[in-house]
Amino acid sequence: MSDPVIRINKMNKWFGNFHVLRDIDLNVAAGEKTVICGPSGSGKSTLIRCINRLEAHQEGEIEVEGVTLDGSLKNLEEIRSNVGMVFQQFNLFPHMTVLENCTLSPIWVQQKSQAEAETLARELLERVRIPDQADKYPGQLSGGQQQRVAIARALCMNPRIMLFDEPTSALDPEMIKEVLDVMVELANEGMTMLCVTHEMGFARQVADRVIFMDEGEIVEENAPEAFFSNPENERTQLFLSQVLTH
Amino acid sequence: MSSWTPTAPRPAPSNTVGFVAWARANLFATKLDTALTLLAFTLVVYVVEAIFGWAIIDASFTGDDRTACLKEVQGACWPFIEAKFGQFIYGRYPDAERWRVDLVFLSGLIGLIPMLMPNVGFKRANMIYLLGFYPIFAFIMLNGGMLGLATVDTTDWGGLLVTLVVAITGIVASLPLGILLALGRRSDLPIVRALCIGFIEIFRGVPLITVLFMASVMLPLFLPDGINFDKLVRCLIGVALFSSAYMAEVVRGGLQAIPKGQYEAAAALGLGYWKTTHLIILPQALKLVIPGIVNTFIGLFKDTTLVLIVGLFDLLGIVQLHFTDASWATPETHITGYVFAGAVFWLFCFAMSRYSIFMENHLSTDRTSS
Amino acid sequence: MLLQALVLGALVLAMVWLVANVQSNLERQNINSGFGFLSERAGFGINQTLIEYSEDSSFARVLTVGLLNTLLVSVLGIGLATVLGFVLGVARLSSNWLVNKTAMVYVEIFRNVPLLLQIMFWYFGVLRNLPSPRKAVSLGDAVFLSNRGIVVPALEMTAAAWWYGAALAVSTTAYFWLRRRARLLRLADGTAQSIWRPVSMIAMASLAFAALLGGVPFSFDIPALKGFNFRGGITVIPEFVALLLALSLYTAAFIAEIVRAGIQSVSKGQREAAAALGLPDNTALRLVVIPQALRVIIPPLTSQYLNLTKNSSLAVAIAYPDIVSVFAGTTLTQVGQAVEIIFITMMIYLTLSLLTSFAMNRYNARIALVGQKS
Ligand SMILES: Nc1ncnc2c1ncn2[C@@H]1O[C@H](COP(=O)(O)OP(=O)(O)OP(=O)(O)O)[C@@H](O)[C@H]1O
Ligand SMILES: [Mg+2]
Repeated sequence: MSDPVIRINKMNKWFGNFHVLRDIDLNVAAGEKTVICGPSGSGKSTLIRCINRLEAHQEGEIEVEGVTLDGSLKNLEEIRSNVGMVFQQFNLFPHMTVLENCTLSPIWVQQKSQAEAETLARELLERVRIPDQADKYPGQLSGGQQQRVAIARALCMNPRIMLFDEPTSALDPEMIKEVLDVMVELANEGMTMLCVTHEMGFARQVADRVIFMDEGEIVEENAPEAFFSNPENERTQLFLSQVLTH
Repeated sequence: MSSWTPTAPRPAPSNTVGFVAWARANLFATKLDTALTLLAFTLVVYVVEAIFGWAIIDASFTGDDRTACLKEVQGACWPFIEAKFGQFIYGRYPDAERWRVDLVFLSGLIGLIPMLMPNVGFKRANMIYLLGFYPIFAFIMLNGGMLGLATVDTTDWGGLLVTLVVAITGIVASLPLGILLALGRRSDLPIVRALCIGFIEIFRGVPLITVLFMASVMLPLFLPDGINFDKLVRCLIGVALFSSAYMAEVVRGGLQAIPKGQYEAAAALGLGYWKTTHLIILPQALKLVIPGIVNTFIGLFKDTTLVLIVGLFDLLGIVQLHFTDASWATPETHITGYVFAGAVFWLFCFAMSRYSIFMENHLSTDRTSS
Repeated sequence: MLLQALVLGALVLAMVWLVANVQSNLERQNINSGFGFLSERAGFGINQTLIEYSEDSSFARVLTVGLLNTLLVSVLGIGLATVLGFVLGVARLSSNWLVNKTAMVYVEIFRNVPLLLQIMFWYFGVLRNLPSPRKAVSLGDAVFLSNRGIVVPALEMTAAAWWYGAALAVSTTAYFWLRRRARLLRLADGTAQSIWRPVSMIAMASLAFAALLGGVPFSFDIPALKGFNFRGGITVIPEFVALLLALSLYTAAFIAEIVRAGIQSVSKGQREAAAALGLPDNTALRLVVIPQALRVIIPPLTSQYLNLTKNSSLAVAIAYPDIVSVFAGTTLTQVGQAVEIIFITMMIYLTLSLLTSFAMNRYNARIALVGQKS
């Protein structure tokens, strides 16, 4: 296995006195697709938000592409520009058009020219299959379209790692597929992906590894086949029986 | 198959909890924060020291006239407040009759307190007491002239009494008027709508003081010779009309928030306009805008001070009047008087604003739980 | 239809009745009517006039002087209240506990005490309580605080000031031109360059040039005590100071709450998304948070501005010569034509209000978020 691009070592995090993440150890290799699942409140979001320091951890180390996440602003900038993130609630900027949403980071962070940024944005909008919505405002799009814009917006930073926090759970069933299709495509192109989701079909199809979390810990990790057909742990089995019967 | 036992949670590292960590995060997080904290701290110490020195250390507490308040370093002149306290509350209301005012205050509180507590029942009976019985009772008690009570002319009313009379009349009158105006503004009848819009926009567009001038100098011109109102009543009319325009806009906000489906459902049940409005729409709309209504009340309460400009003696007016008393003329009399009046107004307004926040929380939990 | 006719009928009848009453009352009391009085001689002085005015001026002139005084105190008050209000509003959101709570205490005190009381406090309690001019509090022997107001040095321009004006104009033009060029360059091929160095060099060069040609551009007229009062300098009357202070401090408390609510209305997710895109905090603030917050802030902010303007009419309580005080007050007592005078005064305020809300509605329509369901 090649050198891991994300290396998390004995990481602990507290919210006040509440111990949310406990001794997390996790290595992700370049190009690896990891799916994280687990019951609500188990700390999945917190874990991936720690990776681009939307939350700060208190103990242990996190290293992304060899850069350590500590208080340093320079390291933070470097990591943020290498890591794209997609949120459950899309978080598009409602006062900007789709195109402006996408060109924001290329222009202001990567110092690209406007023309260059727009070409790039249009290319990526094409890739997420909404090339004709570029001049609309987010409020005029459906949820599925908005989430695809959010993916394109993150891709415009040309990131090497993508984080997804339940990207489909705010969507109606018929829109889930259009977003998942884009994600599958992205996975096939070799992007390193860390994805919190309960879409088990997606996990089977693209994941290299599935991680199950509970009470702030990684309970079990395994290849998807083994994970679903033959979970090692009672806790995992219980969780799967609840999720899969739905 | 293995079973899993969760790792026991550990307490957070000591450098992230406790007072020191709290202070580091909330007071000294960055260099800028540290500078700001020090700046704010200096400011707070300076202000608190100045206030404490003025109000307590250098203040006079006893005495019968100005000589008590002429020390070398003189703070507040509290004996002035003590000597004039009765005046500040009742104005020139005769000493022997002040029990009538007390009774009115007390019976008002008896009606108001259960009304303000959302969990106490009997709201309808309470409402009848407050809006039906109480105003008449208060009027008879305060004004007298019947039931063997001596008449006390309104020119003798003053102080907090006048402030409360103006405020409460304004509050009681502006709510129904405001509701009518808001309904009128949304009415399908063009003339009614135009009139309501005109009324609302005019009164919201001009300062209250011009309305009070109008009530005090123009109203007499509008009435036939020989008919004249009491000055207090004229001011009451001005204040009520003025605040009803503001109330109308608050209520309109609530009406707009009611979904169309509610009207359609009511129509489907065969209810007419007034029944729909009264039974379905208003109860929901008013509940939505309780915070806005209370805010209007707060504004109105503060605005009652303006009646002193047209010659009534509300709390502020009567404090101002007593500054002219030569036996209390000291350099600190003014500030002491203003601080006292300010504290009284502040107490009322702050209580109202806290109540509005309380209701907002209460209603929002109501809504989510049902 | 019937209801409408009834309402209309009742209204017309009431109008006729009122007009008849007014007419008979005016006749009985020998009061003139019409607007002819506006051209008559006023015969009283005003202690703060922005335009030329004397006792021989007309009542129309009084109206203008009053209106200008109203506008002066309102505009300055709006400026001060906005600055203070934004600072307080941001402080209310600060993660610094002490700063946050200090701002909160300020807001809770100032917005819950009647404005009129605050005006009177500053005027009768503080400013009129200052020592007489002979014992005035002096700040560096140039600014004097006394019960006659604040006397500050007057700045007098010499002819050389023109050179400095020209230098300033050159630097400003250069700044805007360079900024525009830099922006276009950046959008065209992505090269970012700082314009501060060329701008400051141009500014320094042109100022040096002006200094060489003109020398010192201004002189101060420093006030000095002569007899019982000050000569020289500019005297700011205490009525103005008290009114301005009270209006600004009071309105700032409301603006602070508006700013706080506006910034809070931008969800945490928006900032997180900006951070995840790698935007530095200040860029995120400028491009993401502020534009969205302003949409929420500006409508209530405008109504606070209107409130401040209307509240400036409380000037009458301390005799600051605003429109209500000199026109609806002094003029009314002299002429007695209450109907016309109150009508004119109300119309002026009404016009100001309607113009503002018209502009506001246009603005709201323009910035409404497209496709946002709310
Ligand atoms: N900012 C915060 N402050 C305090 N507690 C928090 C905060 N954010 C999350 N928590 C708590 O931390 C725990 C983990 O939250 P997290 O959002 O990571 O869960 P999750 O696994 O993503 O759950 P879900 O499936 O519901 O999204 C929860 O108990 C939550 O209440
Ligand atoms: Mg989550």
